[in-house]
Amino acid sequence: MAISMDELWKQFCENLTNADSSEAFEQLRIRYLGKKGEITGLLKNMGALAADQRREYGQKVNELKERTEKAITEKAMQAHVKEVERKIAMTPKFDLTQPLKLEEGSYHPITLVQRDCEKIFASMGFTIEDYDEIVDDYHCFEALNIPKHHPARDMQDTYYLTNGQLLKTHTSAAQNAIMRKYGAPLRAIFPGRCFRNESTDACHENTFFQMEGIMIDENISISNLIYFMKTMLSEVFQRDIKVRLRPGFFPFVEPGFELDISCLICGGKGCPSCKNSGWLELCPCGMIHPNVLKAGGIDTEKYTGFAFGLGLTRLAMMKYGIKDIRDLNSGNLKSLSQFVQ
Amino acid sequence: MKVSMNWISDYVDLSGLDLNDLIHRFTLSTAEVEEVYEMGTEVNGIIVAEVTKVEPHPNSKKLHLVTLNTGDHEEHCVCGAPNVREGMKVPFAPLGASVVGMTIKEAEIAGVVSCGMCCSAQELGIADSSTGLMELPEDTPLGAKMTDLYAIRDTVFEVDNKSLTNRPDLWGHYGIAREFSAIAKRPLKELDLEDLTVYASLPEVPVGRIDHELCYRYSALRIDNVRKSVSPVNMQIRLYYCGMRAISLLADLTNYIMLELGQPTHAFDSRMIETIQVERFPETFEFETLDGTKRKIDPETLMIKSNENPVAIAGVMGGLNSEIVADTDSVTLECATFSAVSVRKTSTRVGLRTDASMRYEKTLDPELCELAARRFTKLLLTIDPEAKVVSRFTDRYGYHYAQVVLNFDQAFIDRYTGIKISGDQIVDTLTRLGFAVTRKEDQFSVVVPSWRATKDVTIKADVVEEITRIYGYDNFKIETTMSALYPVRPLQVKADEAAIKDTLVKQFRLHEVHTYIWCDAKKLAGLNIPLPKNVALLNGMNPDTTILRDSMQETLLPVLNENRFYDANFGVFEIGRVVAGQKENGDCNERRTLGIAFLAHPLVPRVAFAAFLDMISATLGNLRRKKVSFERIGTRFAWQHPQNTAAVVMDGKVLGYVAATHPEVQEAIDRRAFIITAEIDLDTFAEISENEIVYEEPSKFPGIDIDLSFIVGQDATFGDIEKEFRNHPNANLKKISLVDVYEAEIRSITIRLHFVSAVKTLNKQEVQSYIDEVLAELAKNNIVLRG
Repeated sequence: MAISMDELWKQFCENLTNADSSEAFEQLRIRYLGKKGEITGLLKNMGALAADQRREYGQKVNELKERTEKAITEKAMQAHVKEVERKIAMTPKFDLTQPLKLEEGSYHPITLVQRDCEKIFASMGFTIEDYDEIVDDYHCFEALNIPKHHPARDMQDTYYLTNGQLLKTHTSAAQNAIMRKYGAPLRAIFPGRCFRNESTDACHENTFFQMEGIMIDENISISNLIYFMKTMLSEVFQRDIKVRLRPGFFPFVEPGFELDISCLICGGKGCPSCKNSGWLELCPCGMIHPNVLKAGGIDTEKYTGFAFGLGLTRLAMMKYGIKDIRDLNSGNLKSLSQFVQ
Repeated sequence: MKVSMNWISDYVDLSGLDLNDLIHRFTLSTAEVEEVYEMGTEVNGIIVAEVTKVEPHPNSKKLHLVTLNTGDHEEHCVCGAPNVREGMKVPFAPLGASVVGMTIKEAEIAGVVSCGMCCSAQELGIADSSTGLMELPEDTPLGAKMTDLYAIRDTVFEVDNKSLTNRPDLWGHYGIAREFSAIAKRPLKELDLEDLTVYASLPEVPVGRIDHELCYRYSALRIDNVRKSVSPVNMQIRLYYCGMRAISLLADLTNYIMLELGQPTHAFDSRMIETIQVERFPETFEFETLDGTKRKIDPETLMIKSNENPVAIAGVMGGLNSEIVADTDSVTLECATFSAVSVRKTSTRVGLRTDASMRYEKTLDPELCELAARRFTKLLLTIDPEAKVVSRFTDRYGYHYAQVVLNFDQAFIDRYTGIKISGDQIVDTLTRLGFAVTRKEDQFSVVVPSWRATKDVTIKADVVEEITRIYGYDNFKIETTMSALYPVRPLQVKADEAAIKDTLVKQFRLHEVHTYIWCDAKKLAGLNIPLPKNVALLNGMNPDTTILRDSMQETLLPVLNENRFYDANFGVFEIGRVVAGQKENGDCNERRTLGIAFLAHPLVPRVAFAAFLDMISATLGNLRRKKVSFERIGTRFAWQHPQNTAAVVMDGKVLGYVAATHPEVQEAIDRRAFIITAEIDLDTFAEISENEIVYEEPSKFPGIDIDLSFIVGQDATFGDIEKEFRNHPNANLKKISLVDVYEAEIRSITIRLHFVSAVKTLNKQEVQSYIDEVLAELAKNNIVLRG
């Protein structure tokens, strides 16, 4: 005689109590509810029943099936939740302070300042150019209206090389090549490394960075020069900068200027940083000398232009409060690793 | 250069104007003023008094008790000056008066009460040292205030010499006065000059051969019967305030003329001068200059000779043999113009830069010679009326500068300035600065004055500067341009540099450094790295740092070494220039180069090396969407490890190398560290084009992954296996990756092949025949599947 439904349910409940894994639950499901399962098998008995009893019997089997299904699902769900809780409990709390093998990398401060400047000039339509560090006499002096024996060469303590070339003393050395490359109209900046043969101390380096800029077009005027310098420097320092021009002598510009900006520390009232003048001498600039334009192949009757030279090294020192210029070329990671971006 | 405003006021009436404001405008219009000094402000209440009685001090041999007459009363004080004597007139500071550094109070000196002080020039701030009391002329009125009698009060400013380099005319007060006349719009007074034509009938100073190539003008004048030897007090004060020292009347006069006109002159004792020649000597010899130093004179040096004997280095300094001495009563004055280049070179060679040579270097106007002679004579005859001109103005004017005439129109000025400066203003400014201006409506023609025409003002743009600087740059309207804008495309090298820096810093956590372009011999020796043979500095200051680097590692490895205690694992990099020898034309072969040096303490060096290669691949490969491969090569540099140096290759081009470090170098830095270096030529890299992104629709069918483990020998690599598969192209083989490398008694490499077809689901049998084919090839190289 076949087992009764009640006995089957009782048996199932005992088995379910003992089951504790997803595999066990699946096995129970197959054993009772699968195609050849024990509960499913009850339906085979239907044929032996009278027609009027079949309906009632079928309903009872189906009810048992649903009850069984529900019991398995509920138990499995409970077990799953427990399992997840166990996994969470087993996972250790990770150390939030443990550093990786390498600390974060760093940029050289000159790179950061140079990028800031390049971004500003690029936004105003300036091409960003690059040039050699080793140049010849023509590009460093001759093409810039500094003939041999010119006293201006005294001011440039030049490193000459055994092969007759020299280390460029200023980024202006690129002016000629860039004029030749692009012609007029032209607006370009060219950052670069420069060299002066002088003793080093906290304020002097023989190797430093400048950024030269030129703008050439019809009708470029002194008034435009002041506008561009003021606008750009206000961007560089992220505040409204007052500028003033003074006559300055550089053979490659005429007229030539020294550009001062209102002191960043005191705002122009006068303080020790600006020697109480309220002004900081920042960069030489001027209208490009016609001889320089001519040497660059540019028609001086049609075009005028201005040029300026920003000291990137000086800007970096001002921006980050670096007191000793020698730190920049020291390779000392105790100072340089701080420039993270 | 120091400028006395009292002196300036001799030539421009600046009364009623604020001097400090004018000096500020001088900075904005002419040249940078570095410092302003108010002279004589501490000197108050000093009066003229006569010493009427000098008695010994009871307690001191050096001190005296002095009685003075101030004109209306008597004063008594203790005085320690050695030159005090009855009858002399001296500056006296009564109680309450002040001198430099102190106020006079009643004081007990060696037991005697002193009420006041007799003063020296130093105490009045008008000399840097004094040997005794300042002795005043006999006719000085008693009781008069010293500050009324003498120009002790003055405003003196110092101009940055560098900002005067291009302005020979500003090396004297008269030229600066001209600037103030333009700035203040006040007339410039004329110089008070002697008329030398009245002496035209007198004999010449004997002047013989002149080398006119180096001496453009040589003029001389002889004055006899000079009786006075001390300069007037006010002249002494001016000299002192301008940074010189009073010596004797004749020497002071030459200095005074130089400070006034910018023209150096030289006073010879006429007794030592016969026929003057201005020439070079054929041989090298020693010559003693008047500072008492013997100097080597070579055949390049232009000299002043008297009857073939050297008496002065032209334009630099006179000789001791012909200097003005105490009993000199006849002076031969030299006013000359020498070549700027010649003086500059001479001054460098003999190692002597004087006030005269500094001025000659600026290219002086030869017209100044005559002015200087006339002014000198005028001053001397005024101070010493008994002196007598005994020669005519003897002049050898061998080289004249061409007159410079510039023509321009109003539109030219407007275009350059971007603002409107009126024609009247242009004429006024230029005229005040000494330019002769002719104006016809909008056309201007200007003659540049001789003192600006030696080199300073030669083109139209120079005139723009004259007009605008006096107009004032702070009066300019600030305006943007009307220029058209064009798109700006970054240079490949600049874009590469930026991307490489970002990857190395952000992804691989390296530190960017800057190092010098030259090698440091000492640092390299410490690391067992030989100095390269390369182009070097000719004139570097440090003999250890002259040879230019031919590799970034020559400067990066020392940096790594200096930072070796910084961290257990760290890397530095620099994008800089190296000189890879010389090009055919002799120029430096300058290459933009990325250098990386990494120091690690890894558990497995092999893994660290692989990670380093991966960094190079990722950094360069992504930028071009191309594969980077590494090929083992021999070494070129001393720090490269003979076994583990590889060329970095992309597109068949060698970009540089990656190298583990040679034990000799590695151990010099850190015995336990593992150091890896790399160097990439960014100029070559820039020539490699970028692959486009070619989009491929992903297959809709599942793929198959097959893992294969090989038993390999010590030298076999993943690359060897990969290459064999690549040599047997299969359209469905999409990826070959390395799963694991196992190294124990046997060495095994596990790879994974990923196959997928675009048109169907692959089954294992379909790929197996392909795999077997490759396995057969690999077996020939002893690379066989594990068990």
